[in-house]
Amino acid sequence: MLILTRKLDESIMLGNDIEVKVLGIEDGKVKIGIDAPRDVDIFRKEIYMEIQEENKEAAVEQKDLSSLKDLFKK
Amino acid sequence: MELHTKHFGKIEVEQEKIITFPDGIPGFEEEKEFTIIQNPDENLPFHWLQAINEGDLAFVIINPFIFRPDYDFKISEGVLTKLKIESKEQISIWTIVRVPEKVEDMTANLSAPIVINNEEKLGKQVALENSPYGKRHEVINELRESQNAEKAPSKEAPKGGV
Repeated sequence: MLILTRKLDESIMLGNDIEVKVLGIEDGKVKIGIDAPRDVDIFRKEIYMEIQEENKEAAVEQKDLSSLKDLFKK
Repeated sequence: MELHTKHFGKIEVEQEKIITFPDGIPGFEEEKEFTIIQNPDENLPFHWLQAINEGDLAFVIINPFIFRPDYDFKISEGVLTKLKIESKEQISIWTIVRVPEKVEDMTANLSAPIVINNEEKLGKQVALENSPYGKRHEVINELRESQNAEKAPSKEAPKGGV
């Protein structure tokens, strides 16, 4: 992993069209601003990881859904 | 093309039924092509999102509006661009269903819906930031209610059979 030190209001460029800027530092939190093209997905990593985990669980050994039919029998 | 699946055996998938997911599906990023297998039982709202190149990989999916008519989220500019979406008529929305041992406890991931552009055959599972919906939204009770609501009026005015 590349490690860079940045001060408040300083930026990092990823390629030539993504800018990551430090907007604030306080109470152990860093506020980051990101300028990127529209088609670049940006989300907090834990959200993506949650979806990954949920999908892996959902994909495991699908059941025979014939058992689902019974759910709607009166 | 012919597809060997774990759950459906050997199936035939027409080229135009193949949907490309440019980013794959989170957790399965290498799988870029899927097809939707409709449930042969028309009374069941569950269908499958089957990977084209990995026969063993399939997800149970459901149209979330069936049990949550008020389901609502904004598709980001990025996703609109990526999936070449120009109008809502082009798209369909699905959610992945997790089916545990006890089937009644099944949940749908409403915080990460799947958006498909049916015309362009492009799809993506979208992460909703700050979503009011849970990743483990319980489905069964709401689904039963909606099914009963559907059945009730049809008794009074039965449609011509097929």
